[in-house]
Amino acid sequence: MDDAVLRVEDVVKEYGKGVKTRALDHVTLAVGAGEITALVGPSGSGKSTLLNIIGLLDRPTSGRVVLGGVDTSTLDERGLTALRGRRLGFVFQFHHLLPAFTAVENVMLPAWGDGGVPSADMRAGAEAMLREVGLGDRMSYRATDLSGGQQQRVAIARALARRPPLVLADEPTGNLDTVSSAEVFALMRRLNRELRTTFIVVTHDPRIAAQCDRIVELVDGRVHGDRLTTAEERAPP
Amino acid sequence: MPFEWFVALRYLRDGKGQTALILAAVSVGVSVIVFLSALINGLQTSLVDKTLGSQPHVTLRMPRQAPRPLVEPTASVAIARRIQESSQRLQSIDQWPEVVSTVERVPGVIAVSPSITGAGFAVRSDAKSAVVIRGVEQERFLAIIDVRKKLVGGRFELGGGDVAIGSTLAKDLGVGVGDKIRLASSEGVDDVVTVVGIFSLGNEGVDKTWVITSLRHAQALYALPGGVTTIELKVADVFEAEHVAVDVRGRTGLQSDSWMKINADLLAGLSAQSSSKNMIQFFVALAVALGIASVLIVSVVQKSREIGILRAVGTPARRVLMVFLIQGGVLGVLGSITGSALGALLAKGFESLVRDANGAPKFPVQLDASLFAFAAALATGVGLLAAVIPARNASRLDPATAIRNG
Repeated sequence: MDDAVLRVEDVVKEYGKGVKTRALDHVTLAVGAGEITALVGPSGSGKSTLLNIIGLLDRPTSGRVVLGGVDTSTLDERGLTALRGRRLGFVFQFHHLLPAFTAVENVMLPAWGDGGVPSADMRAGAEAMLREVGLGDRMSYRATDLSGGQQQRVAIARALARRPPLVLADEPTGNLDTVSSAEVFALMRRLNRELRTTFIVVTHDPRIAAQCDRIVELVDGRVHGDRLTTAEERAPP
Repeated sequence: MPFEWFVALRYLRDGKGQTALILAAVSVGVSVIVFLSALINGLQTSLVDKTLGSQPHVTLRMPRQAPRPLVEPTASVAIARRIQESSQRLQSIDQWPEVVSTVERVPGVIAVSPSITGAGFAVRSDAKSAVVIRGVEQERFLAIIDVRKKLVGGRFELGGGDVAIGSTLAKDLGVGVGDKIRLASSEGVDDVVTVVGIFSLGNEGVDKTWVITSLRHAQALYALPGGVTTIELKVADVFEAEHVAVDVRGRTGLQSDSWMKINADLLAGLSAQSSSKNMIQFFVALAVALGIASVLIVSVVQKSREIGILRAVGTPARRVLMVFLIQGGVLGVLGSITGSALGALLAKGFESLVRDANGAPKFPVQLDASLFAFAAALATGVGLLAAVIPARNASRLDPATAIRNG
C-alpha cells in the first residue's frame, strides 16, 4: 500500500528469559491514510502488545515498524519519543487525563511537553480542539469534574491536538455506557472524515468494530482475519 | 511558564496535604539549623568579644632573654648540661617608634598602641593590692581597648599623676573617683596618684588588677625613660590574628603573641562547639533530605501512570526528571524561607526571655544575612539532592508499563 501511514513488517515480540512467550508471531500489516481500523481478538491475542509496538512504547523482538516512512527500528529512545509526540495520538480506555490539570491544559500537554514553553497558538489550538469535540464550555474544568464521556472526549481532543496522522485508541469506549460509546465513536468518525486522521481502535465491542472501515483480527499473536467492512455494517444503529 | 515548572508547581499545589507536611518538616529542620547557629554563633561572638574586650589581638615584646654560656664548648672543654634559666627583667623594645611605624603598615593591622606593662602594688591606708600597671598613650590605647565605654565612674583622661583603675580593685582598696592611692612599681619607684576613672571590662582578673596611667608616668615608675615594653595591635579580622602575629614576627624579630595563642583553650572550646553545631546541622539536613526524598518517591509511585501518559504523548525523559527536581528545589526554598523566619523568631524569643540579673541577654543570638543565605543554600541543595533519585526513577519509567500498572 503506497499511501500507508503505517507498515508493520514481520513483527515478532517475545517476553521472558529462557522459556520465552511469543506475544506476536510474524505480524505484517499496512494501514492506509484516513482509515479506521478495528483491532479485535480475544484477551491475550496480542492486541495491546501490537498497539504498544505501533505506538513506539515497546520495541519488537524482530521485524520493524515504519511510521510515516520512518523506519523506527533505527531510532534511539529520544528519537522514538519525539516521533511519538509528533506523529501519534493516544486514546486510552480509562482516558488517563491528568487529574490536577484542566481540560484545556490536558489537551495542551503533548505540544507543551515537547516544546517546553506554551504559546498562544498552542492554547488556541487546544481550545479549538475542545470546541471541536463539543466541550467549548468545559475548558477550565478539571478532568475529575467531567463525566466519563466528557473525559474521553477530552482524551480524544488531546490525541488530536497536534494533528497527528495516526491515532491509537485502546478500548476507547470500553469504560462507557452505550450512549456515550456511540457518541465517542461518532466523534472519532467525524474527526476522521474532517481531518483525514487515521485511527487504529482496539475494541472488544463488535458494534464499534463493525462501524470501522476495516477489521483486523488477532488470534494467538497472528493475524487471523483482515477484512473491509460493508457500508451496511458501518451504518450507525 | 515552562512545562517543567508548571507541572511541578501544579503537582505540589494538587497534593496540598503532602506538600504542607513536608514543608512543615523542612521548615522545622531549617529553623533548628537557624536557631542553633544563631545561638552558638552569638555565644561564640560574645565569648570572643568578652575575651578581646580586655586584651589586644596581638602583643609584641622583646624576646625572652636566654642564658648565654660564659665559655663556649670546645673539643677539650665540656659544658655542664644543666643550664639555669635567665631571670626576665622588664626591658624596652629597641627603636620602638620605628617598630610602631613598621607594624602600622602590616596588612590587617588597624590600630597600634605602645605601652609599658609591669607589676606593682597599689596601697591605700592598710589596704594593699598587687596590681598590673599599664602605661599607655591614651588615644592609641582607646583604639585597642575602648575603656571609655566601660567606665563605671569618672573619666578616662590620664594626666600626669592620674590613673584609671578596675572596679574590683577600687572596691578592694575602698577608693572612689578623686581619691588618692600610692602606686609602687616593681622597680622600687613609688608615687601618689589620683583615681580619675573606674572601669569594668567584664574580666575579673583585669578589673581586680589593672591600673592604667599615662605612658610618660609609667616610664618614670619603671625607670624606662622614653621606652615601652609592649606594642599592642588590633587587627581587622580577629580570627586572622595569628597570621598577622607571624607576619609581624617575621618583620620585627620581636616576640609576637596573638590572642588566639594566649587563649588556646578558649579556641579549642569554640572549635568543639562549632564541630557539635556542624554535626547537628548535618543530621538535620539528612533528616530533611530523607523527608523530601520519601515524599517524592511516594509521589512518583502515585503518579507513575500520569508520568507514563506524559512520556507516551511525547514528553522527553529530561523534562520529567526536571519536574521532580524542581519539586525538591521548591520544597527546599520554601522550607528555608519559612524555616529561617521561624528560627529567627525562636532565637529572638529565646534571647529576650532568658536574661541575667542586669537584664542583658544571657544567650545573645547572632542573626545575619550569611546565616540565612547558608540555610537557604543548604535547604535548596538538600531538596535538589533528595529529589535526584525519585526524579531519575520517574524519568526512567517505561511508559507502557506505567500506564498498564500505574
